[in-house]
Amino acid sequence: MSTQPVSTPAVKGAPPLGLQDTIKKFLLDNMVTVLFMVLCGLGLWVSGLPFSFVISDLLLRIARNGVLILALLIPVMAGMGLNFAITLGAMAGQLAILMVVHWGIGGVGGIALAAVLATPMAILFGILVGKLLNQTRGQEMITSMITGMFASGLYMLLLMVMVGSAVIPIVNPEILLGTGVGVKDTVDLGIMSRAIDDLWAVSFPIAGLAGASLMLLYYGSKFIAKQATGSVQAQRAGVKLGLIAAVVIAAVSGWLMTTDSMLNMVMVPVATFALIALVAIFNLFLITTKIGQDFRTVGQDQHIAKVSGINVNRTRIIAITISTVIAAWGQLLMLQNLGNLRTYGAHEAVGMFAIAALLIGGASVSRATVGQALIGMVLFHTMFLVSPQAGKALLGDAQLGEFFRAFVAYGVIAASLAMHAWKRTMATRKRLLD
Amino acid sequence: MERFRTIIKEVGLPRAIITAFLMLLLALAATYQIPLVPLLGAVMTRTLINGLFVLAMLPAIVSGIGPNFGLPLGILAGLIGLLLAVEWNLTGFTAIFVAMLTGVPLAAVVGAAYGWLLNKVKGSEMMVATYVGFSFVSLMNIGWTVLPFRSPVLRWPIGRGLRATTTVADFFEKVLDGFLAFSVGGFVIPTGLILAFLIPCGLVWLFMRSKTGLAMKAVGDNRQFAEASGLNVNKYRILGAILSTVIGAIGIVVFSQSFGLIQLYEAPMFMGFAAVAAILIGGASVRRANVTNVIVGAVLMQALLVIALPVAGKIIVGGIGGVAEITRIIVSNGIILYALAQVGGGD
Amino acid sequence: MGSSDFVLELNNISKQYAGNRVLKNVTVKVKPGEIHAVLGENGAGKSTLMNILFGMSVIHSTGGYDGEILMDGKPISITSPFDAMHLGIGMVHQEFMLIPGFTITENIKINREHTRHNLISRLGGPALKSLDTVKMNKDARKALDTVGLNIDEWVKVAGLPVGYMQFVEIAREIDKTNIKVLVFDEPTAVLTESEAAKLLEVMRAIAKSGIAILFITHRLDEVMSVADQITILRDGEHVRTLQPKDTNAFHLAELMVGREIHVVDKGDRDKARKEVAMSIRQLRVLMPGEEVRQVDLDVYEGEILGIGGLGGQGKIGIANGIMGLYPARGEVTIRGKKLTLNDTKGAYDAGLAFVSEDRRGVGLLLDSSIETNIAFTAMQMRESFLWKLGPLSQISARKIRMHADRMIKTLDIRCTGPTQLTRRLSGGNQQKVCIARALALDPMILLVSEPTRGIDVGAKKLVMDTLVKLNAEFGMTIIMTSSELAELRSICDRIAIVCHGNIEGILAPTASDVEFGLMMAGDYRKYRGKEA
Repeated sequence: MSTQPVSTPAVKGAPPLGLQDTIKKFLLDNMVTVLFMVLCGLGLWVSGLPFSFVISDLLLRIARNGVLILALLIPVMAGMGLNFAITLGAMAGQLAILMVVHWGIGGVGGIALAAVLATPMAILFGILVGKLLNQTRGQEMITSMITGMFASGLYMLLLMVMVGSAVIPIVNPEILLGTGVGVKDTVDLGIMSRAIDDLWAVSFPIAGLAGASLMLLYYGSKFIAKQATGSVQAQRAGVKLGLIAAVVIAAVSGWLMTTDSMLNMVMVPVATFALIALVAIFNLFLITTKIGQDFRTVGQDQHIAKVSGINVNRTRIIAITISTVIAAWGQLLMLQNLGNLRTYGAHEAVGMFAIAALLIGGASVSRATVGQALIGMVLFHTMFLVSPQAGKALLGDAQLGEFFRAFVAYGVIAASLAMHAWKRTMATRKRLLD
Repeated sequence: MERFRTIIKEVGLPRAIITAFLMLLLALAATYQIPLVPLLGAVMTRTLINGLFVLAMLPAIVSGIGPNFGLPLGILAGLIGLLLAVEWNLTGFTAIFVAMLTGVPLAAVVGAAYGWLLNKVKGSEMMVATYVGFSFVSLMNIGWTVLPFRSPVLRWPIGRGLRATTTVADFFEKVLDGFLAFSVGGFVIPTGLILAFLIPCGLVWLFMRSKTGLAMKAVGDNRQFAEASGLNVNKYRILGAILSTVIGAIGIVVFSQSFGLIQLYEAPMFMGFAAVAAILIGGASVRRANVTNVIVGAVLMQALLVIALPVAGKIIVGGIGGVAEITRIIVSNGIILYALAQVGGGD
Repeated sequence: MGSSDFVLELNNISKQYAGNRVLKNVTVKVKPGEIHAVLGENGAGKSTLMNILFGMSVIHSTGGYDGEILMDGKPISITSPFDAMHLGIGMVHQEFMLIPGFTITENIKINREHTRHNLISRLGGPALKSLDTVKMNKDARKALDTVGLNIDEWVKVAGLPVGYMQFVEIAREIDKTNIKVLVFDEPTAVLTESEAAKLLEVMRAIAKSGIAILFITHRLDEVMSVADQITILRDGEHVRTLQPKDTNAFHLAELMVGREIHVVDKGDRDKARKEVAMSIRQLRVLMPGEEVRQVDLDVYEGEILGIGGLGGQGKIGIANGIMGLYPARGEVTIRGKKLTLNDTKGAYDAGLAFVSEDRRGVGLLLDSSIETNIAFTAMQMRESFLWKLGPLSQISARKIRMHADRMIKTLDIRCTGPTQLTRRLSGGNQQKVCIARALALDPMILLVSEPTRGIDVGAKKLVMDTLVKLNAEFGMTIIMTSSELAELRSICDRIAIVCHGNIEGILAPTASDVEFGLMMAGDYRKYRGKEA
C-alpha cells in the first residue's frame, strides 16, 4: 500500500544549537545548581579552609551519604515525588545493627549480617509505606514525611520502652540503660566501625584516575550507542560533557601524582565507593528494564498506565520498597563510617539532608538523575562544611554560618516544592489556552 | 452491637479509639490513685493556652488551603511582638496589648504574602506550607542573632544575639490568667485565660455565619461552585491565610504569658503539627472544620498528653522521660495520616 | 458455536444507569475488513456501547450489561481494556491516550515493550529484562509508515500538532499484531480537512488488510464516502442498518434525529415581540472540549431560546463563556448595556442567572444543606438573607428557612427537609435545587444548561413545566442549552444549532427532522445554502 506522507513541518527535533547557545541554555536550565556552585566557591575562598582538608572531608561525607541519596531516585521516577520516608529504611538498618551488636558479631561480617537482617524489615516497611501512599494519591510527599515522623515514634516506643522490659526481655549492659530498660542514646559499634571503609583504601589521585576511566567507559558506550539510533541534541551534549569531564579528571589526577600536594595523602575508601557505584549502576540499569519503563509510565500518567494494563498500585509499592531497602543499606554504610549509632537521632535528618542535596544538584520532584545526585552531594556537603568558617570570616560568628546552612537546606526544599507545584498549575492553564 | 457500630461511624474511628484510650488512662489513673484534680487543672490550663493555635487551623482548612502547617509564621510574628514588649520594658496588660498590636499587623502582612504563595501552588499547599514554615523558623534563627534588640533581659549575657528562652516573670507572667480569676474550693479558675480563648472562638463562630465566612466556606468546599457564584476564590484563600496567621500570633502571646517564657530558635518549628493534629482529633478533616472541632480537639489532645505521663510512670519500669514525647509523636502523626488517607484513595 | 460471517457481534445489548435505560436491545454485527459506521446524537448510546465493548470499569461498577458479545462466533467476556486488547479489539480514543513526555515509540509500545533477558533478569525475574529499544523503534517506524506519518519515531509526543497525535494513536493500535477490530471514536473531530481526508484513506487501507473498523461519527459526508455499513442509533435503540448505496445525507439526518415531539401549547403568545434582550457578537470561548469559535446571536425578550447541537461542538461553551466561567472574547450586550466578559459577578449584576450543566461539580455544595445551597448565590451577589450592620453581616436563618420551604413546595423537591444535604438527593431533585438557587437571584435572563441530564422521566417533565411557567407567568427570558433535541423542540420558541463552534443555523421547533439532522451534522449550509 502506498500513501503520500503527510506534509511535515520541521518536527525532527530541535535544530542543533551552537556552542554559545548550548552554554546559555545549560545555565538557564540549571540555575539552582549554578547558583550553588558560585556560593560554594565563594564560601570556600572566604573560609580559608585548606583545599586538601575540604577534599578529604568531602570524600568522607560522600562515602557516608552516597547510597542514601541514591535511594531517592526511583520514587521520583515513579511519580511519587521525594521519598521522605527513607527514614524508615534507615530505621530498619539501625534495628538490624543493634541486633548484631547485641549478638556481639563484628567486622565486615557484622555489617553483612546487618544488611541481611535489615533487608526483610525494610521490604516490609516499604510495602506498608507504599500501600499508604496509594491511599493518599496526590499528596504523597506530605504523607511520606508524616509517615517518617510517625514511624519514628513507634521506633522510639520500641527501643525506649519495650527493649529490656517484659516485652523484649534481653539483657545487655553494653546497649541498655542503667535501669535495664531502653536502649542507650549512643551505641558504640566496636570493630564494625569503618569495617567497609578500611577494606581497601587508595590515594586520591589514583581514585581520580579510576573514576575517570569508569566515566570514559560509561559515556563512551553511550556515545557509540547514540550514533546507532539517533537521538536528541541535548542528550548528546550531556554525553559530550561527561566525556570531557572524564578526560579533565584523568588529566588532573595524573598531574597531581607528579606533585607533592597534600592531596596525595588523602585516602579514598574504595570498597565504600564501589558499593555506591554499584547502587548507582543498579539505578541506571533499572531504567533500561521493563520494570524501569513501568516506573516511568506510572510516573508520567497513572490513568494511561492503568488502561494499558499496568498494575499501577503494585508498581508504586515496588518503587517505594526498593527505595526503602537501598536506604537501609545506605544507613548501614553511614553508621559503619561514623563508628557509633545515635540511637534516637541518627535517622531523623537523613531524609531531609538527602533531599536537599538532590534538589541542589538540579533535580526536581518529577525528575532526578544519578548525575544530579552526585553533583548535589558535592555542593551540599561543601556548603555544609564551609558555612561555619565562612560565617566566622564574614560575620564574625560561626553560629551564623550554621544557621545559614540550615536555612539553605530548608529553603531549597521549600523553593523547589513551590516551583514544581506552580509549574504544574501553569501547565494545566496553558493546555486550556492553547 | 449495631448501635455501638453506628456511634463509632458517626464519631469516626480514630476519635473513638482516642476517647477509649483516654477513658482507659483515666481508669488506670484512678486505680493507681493518682490525684486527678491537679491533673484536670493542668488539662484545662494547657487546653486554654494551646487552644488558639488549634483555632488558627480553622480559617485555613475552611478556606481550602488545608491544615496550616505553616503556623510558625504567625508564631514568629507574635514572638516579635512579645520581644518588643519586653524591649520597651512594658508590664501587665499594656505589655500584652502592645505585643498584640505589633504582632497582629505583622502577622497580617506575612499572612497575605503566605496566602498569595499558596494560591500559586494549589494542590500542594500542605507540603509548601510545611517547608516555608521550616525555612522561616530557620531564617529567624539568624534574625534572633542579628536583630538590634538591646534589653539585657533578652540577650545572652556574653556573646551575640537573643537568648533561647527569656522569662517574663517580671513583666507580664500570667497577666491574663490572673485577670478576674477566682477560687472554687482550692481550684483556681483563670477567667482571663478562658476569655482569651473563648472570645476569639466566639468571634470566629460569628464570622463563619457572616456573608464573608460563608463565602470562604464555599471556596474551600468547592472552588468551581464558588467561582460560578461570582466569588473571587483567590481573595478568600488569602483571607483564610491572614486570619490563620493572625490568630497564631495572638496565640503565642497568650501562650507565652501563661507559660512564663518566650521561646525562640527551634521552639516554633513543630508547633504547626501539634495544632493540626489537635483539630483533626476534634473531628475535623483536611477540608472541613468547625469551632466544635477546635474545642473538642484541644481538650482531647491535652488530656491525652497530661494524663498519659503519670500513668506511664506507674506502669513502665525504668525511665519514663520520653514517654510524653513518644505519645505525642505517635498520636499526632497518626491522626494526620488517618486524615490524609481519607481524602485520597484508590483509583 | 464456531466461526461465522462476522468478526464481531454485539447482540441485544442493554444497559441502564440507575434506572435510566441507556441502551435497549442494540445489535451491531461487523464483518472482517468492513468499515461499519455508527451514527447518532448524544445520548443515542454510542459511547456506552463502546465503553461496554472496551471493558471500561464505569460499566462494571454500575451493574454491568445485558446481552452477548461474540468474536468470530464465540462468546467473549470483556472486563477491562486489557481484556479487549488481548481479544484483538483496539480503540482510537477521542481524548488521546498519549503520554506527552514519552517518545512516539514509547507511546506505541506502552506495556507491550520488547524485552530481552540479561544476566540479572535470569536471577531476578522477567520484570528485570532489558528493553529492546532497537526492535521497538523498528516496529514503531513500520506503524508510522503505514499511517503515512513522516516523523522520527524517537521524537517526544509533547509539542506535536494535534492532528499528528491522532495518527500516532492509530499507529499504536495497528502495531498490535492481533488486532481484529479497530474502533475510531470521532477521529476527525480535531483534524483539518486534508488531515481528515488522509485519515479516511488510512482507514480504507487498514480495512483492506482485513481489520474491521467501527467508526463513530456524526459527519454524514465521511460516512457516505467510506462506510460499508451504516448503523443509526437513537435514544438507545437501534433504528436502522443500511448501506450507503441505499441512502443519502438527508435520509441519514432524518433517521438520526426523527422522533415524535409534543410541542407544548404555550397559549396565546404575542409572537411579534422582537425587542432584543441579549445581543451576542463574535463570541469566542475557550472551554476545553466545547470550544466556541464564533457565535453571533440575538436573544429576544420573553422568548425561550434553545441552543442545541452535538457534544463537543461548543453549545455548552456559550453560556459558560457569557457567565465568565471560561475565558471569553467578543461582545455581549444586555438591553443595550455592554457586559464585561470574564466577570462572573458582573454577569450576575447585569441580571443573568445560570444553571450549570455540571450539576454536582459546579452547581452544588454537596455537603451543605438544601437551604444553604438555594440561598447562597443570592446572598453573595445580592446580599439577600442577611442581617447587616455596616460591613458586618450575619446570615438570617429564618429568612433562609422560609425561602427554602417555599421553594421546596413550589418545585416539589423531594427531600426530608431543608436541612438535608444535597448529596443525598436524586438527580432530579438536585437539579431543582440548582434552579431554585438561580431563581433566588430574581434574574432577567436565565441560562440553563442540560436541565434534564441524568434525570428520571417524571422529574424531567416537572423541570420543563417549571421553565415554561417561569416564561409564561413572569416573562422570564430563558436560554436553554441541551443535547436533547426533542425537549428543545417541545418548549422553545426558536432553536439555534451549534456545530464546530459556530451557529449552523436557527430553526423553528416545527422545522423538519431532516433540517435538524443536517444542522447537527454540520452539513446544512452545504446542502441547503445559507438560509437560516
